[in-house]
Amino acid sequence: MAGDAPFVDQFSAAAPLPALRAGGLARYRAAGLPGPAIEAWKYTSLDALTKLGLLPAGGAPTTLEALPEAALLAVDGYRAVFVNGRFVPAFSALDGLPKGAVVESLAAHIARDPAAAEAALAGADDGTPLVALNTAFLTDGLVLTVDRGVVLDKPLHLVSIGRPPDGQGVAFHPRHLIRLAPDAVATVVESHAGVGGAGYFANTVADIRVEDGATLRHYVLQNQAAEAFHVAAVRLALAARASYEGFVLHIGARLARHELAATIAGDGVDCRMNGLYLVAGSQHVDNTTFIDHAQPGSRSRQLFKGVLDDSGRGVFQGRVLVRPHAQKTDAHQLSRALLLSRKAEMDGKPELEIYADDVRCSHGATIGSLDQEPMFYLMSRGIDPATAYRMLVEAFAVEALDEISVAAIRDAFATHAQAWLATRRAGGGA
Amino acid sequence: MALLEIKNLHVAVDDREILKGIDLTLDAGEVHAIMGPNGSGKSTLSYVLAGREGYAITAGTIRFQGKDLLAMAPDERARKGVFLAFQYPVEIPGVAGMTFLKTALNALRKERGAGELDAMQFLKFVRAQAKRLEIGDEMLKRALNVGFSGGEKKRNEVLQMAVLEPILAVLDETDSGLDIDALKIVADGVNALRSPERAMLLITHYQRLLDYIVPDRVHVLAHGRIAKSGGKELALELERKGYGEFLGEAA
Amino acid sequence: MASSIDTRERLQSVTDQAYKYGFVTDIDTDVAPKGLSEDIVRFISARKAEPEWLLAWRLKAYRHWLAMPEPIWSHVKFPALDYQDAYYYSAPKATDGPKSLDEVDPKLLETYEKLGVPLGERALLAGVAVDAVFDSVSVATTFKKKLEEKGVIFCSISEAVQKHPELIKKYMGSVVPYADNKHACLNSAVFTDGSFVYIPKGVRCPMELSTYFRINAAKTGQFERTLIIADAGSYVSYLEGCTAPMRDENQLHAAVVELIALDDAEIKYSTVQNWYPGDVEGRGGIYNFVTKRGACRGRNSKIAWTQVETGSAITWKYPSCILQGDNSVGEFYSVAVTNNRQQADTGTKMIHIGRNTRSRIISKGISAGRADNTYRGLVRILPKAEGARNYTQCDSLLIGDRCGAHTVPYIESRNPSARVEHEATTSKISEDQLFYCRQRGLSQEEAVSLIVNGFCKEVLQTLPMEFAVEAQKLLGVSLEGSVG
Repeated sequence: MAGDAPFVDQFSAAAPLPALRAGGLARYRAAGLPGPAIEAWKYTSLDALTKLGLLPAGGAPTTLEALPEAALLAVDGYRAVFVNGRFVPAFSALDGLPKGAVVESLAAHIARDPAAAEAALAGADDGTPLVALNTAFLTDGLVLTVDRGVVLDKPLHLVSIGRPPDGQGVAFHPRHLIRLAPDAVATVVESHAGVGGAGYFANTVADIRVEDGATLRHYVLQNQAAEAFHVAAVRLALAARASYEGFVLHIGARLARHELAATIAGDGVDCRMNGLYLVAGSQHVDNTTFIDHAQPGSRSRQLFKGVLDDSGRGVFQGRVLVRPHAQKTDAHQLSRALLLSRKAEMDGKPELEIYADDVRCSHGATIGSLDQEPMFYLMSRGIDPATAYRMLVEAFAVEALDEISVAAIRDAFATHAQAWLATRRAGGGA
Repeated sequence: MALLEIKNLHVAVDDREILKGIDLTLDAGEVHAIMGPNGSGKSTLSYVLAGREGYAITAGTIRFQGKDLLAMAPDERARKGVFLAFQYPVEIPGVAGMTFLKTALNALRKERGAGELDAMQFLKFVRAQAKRLEIGDEMLKRALNVGFSGGEKKRNEVLQMAVLEPILAVLDETDSGLDIDALKIVADGVNALRSPERAMLLITHYQRLLDYIVPDRVHVLAHGRIAKSGGKELALELERKGYGEFLGEAA
Repeated sequence: MASSIDTRERLQSVTDQAYKYGFVTDIDTDVAPKGLSEDIVRFISARKAEPEWLLAWRLKAYRHWLAMPEPIWSHVKFPALDYQDAYYYSAPKATDGPKSLDEVDPKLLETYEKLGVPLGERALLAGVAVDAVFDSVSVATTFKKKLEEKGVIFCSISEAVQKHPELIKKYMGSVVPYADNKHACLNSAVFTDGSFVYIPKGVRCPMELSTYFRINAAKTGQFERTLIIADAGSYVSYLEGCTAPMRDENQLHAAVVELIALDDAEIKYSTVQNWYPGDVEGRGGIYNFVTKRGACRGRNSKIAWTQVETGSAITWKYPSCILQGDNSVGEFYSVAVTNNRQQADTGTKMIHIGRNTRSRIISKGISAGRADNTYRGLVRILPKAEGARNYTQCDSLLIGDRCGAHTVPYIESRNPSARVEHEATTSKISEDQLFYCRQRGLSQEEAVSLIVNGFCKEVLQTLPMEFAVEAQKLLGVSLEGSVG
């Protein structure tokens, strides 16, 4: 079909789960690549992606000489490594998992029990175009299952590397399934990076269920290669008294979008979703969240901070929905962006949609440059302007990282953030 | 006819019985104090008198000036002359204290068949009362109770009482959170309102307030019942001995 | 002050019944055939003896309108509009050009009396010059003489087309182009009347200017168009009030208001909108689809919108400011009340173009019954808006658990020296607040009215005195029966 959406012609009916994937393809095909006509994509355009002529990652190599520095985290934990979306056991370290905690590749899961895999995979596809696209091309990913009451003793580090072969761009669509049974506890850290000079498209979907009383800490370091397109959709279901602490740190990629959709399906839920985005050059970073308070008596908190330099562009769209009868909901959201350059741009759309009266819901959003007052204060104490400037930008950014409750991960993320901050020229572009 | 007559009053909150048979009679001109340990039901009694929702009257009657008080809506009770000085007065943003008081006063005056006061008369009247309570114009202009200190809130309650001239005033822990100077100001304000036509019910945890507002009768409320009644000397006795003898008593 | 007593009296009667303005005046009307076509556009233009260029402009708009899609992005639901099932021109007969009040049909004056419009002597006492628009034509404009002395032009837009074509030609459509949106486009094709104001250089308009709109005839759309030009260094405060009779069918009101403030000029535009909201079940009521926009063209110019929206079945309006001149200021103060089945999607756009431009948005939404109330706003800082400032505060109050309150701000900044701050909260009237008021003798309704007025205080205090009193009462009336 002429003018069909990108990737459609790459569909292979021969790969496993053809029916499930054909369904995804049909939904994607009907919608096409999302564009500004869709309210949810008002500020982010994928036009540049369509010009890359990306190949499916199926035949691309999954070998690596070493993990790139951009993906490394000084954190003691289990490790599962994916290259171009395929699980690579050689770089992984999964020995010694506690009893009741199982890590498996999605490909292995599908091979072992296709019917169960198909049933498990059906849930996350909400018909949004890129999730549908992911369904159409899904082959591999991480499957983490933690049984009732089991505590995963160390963080699981999920490393995703884009490795376009010989200057030819690739597209891959990892699908992760994370299931925490009641009262289970786990920490999952993702880091995303790339090697090689060509562009690639990582279209990740993480389908997460946190059952009654379970706790998931979920941290994402997006440190993709400069030519990468990174789109990650987290589909999160939280049962009663579940706790979710999410954080995303954006440093890399040409275009990145982290999209979280959380459904709060029970009372007493604590849902935290925070982030920091450090944007320079002509990067574009989009954080889009949707917290659906479908049940009464739960709490959600969001803090997103951004530092935008050069011609960097930041987008924050945060929607909080409180459904009828979701009384006693307590939802707060704050978006703050710092513009360091004349060409930087920030677009925000915090949104409240409230259908219950006995609630506490609020949001705040600020966009601006560094305050002159603290600058002056530091300088009056003898600090030179360049240092003062850097200190204040760092202070602004680090405040967001404080939301990460696991100290080792906070420190590891801070190391990457500080490396970025050190590259900012003194005095900025202002 | 007694001004207020409470008979065998049983009250439950969320199916839990808080008041378990209160009998209390107040005549015009009398000041009674209700004392008791925390959780004995003192505030429940004040809220039931004022008609707050969420309190189920499972048995008993309350008659005010011979009429069934429990059948009246909260604002109707207020217009008939029942005033509650709240323990925790609520903040109402954007509503100036004076506007509020004028609206309330005119609602009462209408009920009493008196004409509405014009702005000048009202201002003069309120300022005179406010001066006695050391409440300045600045405080009167502010939004109702918003940003008030604990002491300011209590003085404001007494000011409202002075302006609205109730027939029955119930003061719920009006002394709590006040330092000694503020307590004196509030007590002077209350004493100035004592009159042969007016009855007062002082609800308090401490005897301290009763040094300044001397009651005709003192009742001890414990476990939802009036455990002991006596003259003003009962308060002094409680001050010495504490509530120990009433606490052990199982319901 | 006779005027305020007058106001109080008429407001007392407002509070006495649910929707007092639901009467219909029985007057002979001159109507165009039902439906919409090029012929109707020509008919309207001919009736108004308009110059050729204006007819051409109307036809251009009409043809564009035919192909335009309905705006669908707002948070409101209603059946598709049947544009052919309405009248586009309805004028009381024998009213072409009243010279004085004596020439105005006494029945009309009676209507205005019922509405409480201070016409004639009462107008003099109130110090208000009134341009009253009845259905589609302006019936009487008071105070012309006094305004003329100052050089102020205040007349119907039809009259302005005849007498001041150069101003109309220069400014009409310059803030809201005919193709701006479907509703504004329709208005450009079929607008029938409205007000025109021109304040000359350096003149401070000696009195508040006021228009009262009323939709009387059945199945009539009202498409008034207002154009206000404040020349350099001038000031004007303009008031607008709206009512419509109770009818079961929905009526469309698609107005366009354009404001232009030149150097150092200031326009204050206040609206109390109380169109018929429909009944408890949502039958009938006005569709209030209005495009209001002001251009701060000059340096140090200022435009302030204040609106109190209590009526209409559906409100769709975003009074906006284009801040072109350096140091110009835009303000938007809004109270929107929805009860029963009403829907409101309202807010503003502040477009910062010039240096040191400032904007302030205070929005108070109150939702009760089964109503939906949405704040939708855009703050856009363009790259040259050095030192621009915006502050936005959106508060929603919910009364009952079957209504909705929504906040949808769009915030876009492309200048690092600009500062944009947005805050939004949602709350309800607490049981404690209600009980406290009732303990002091206020009825449930009085208590709600008092608390809501407190919630809206920041907005209400920006209204001229006359309107503030009316608005306060209206808030109470609109929310009657919402608690209990």
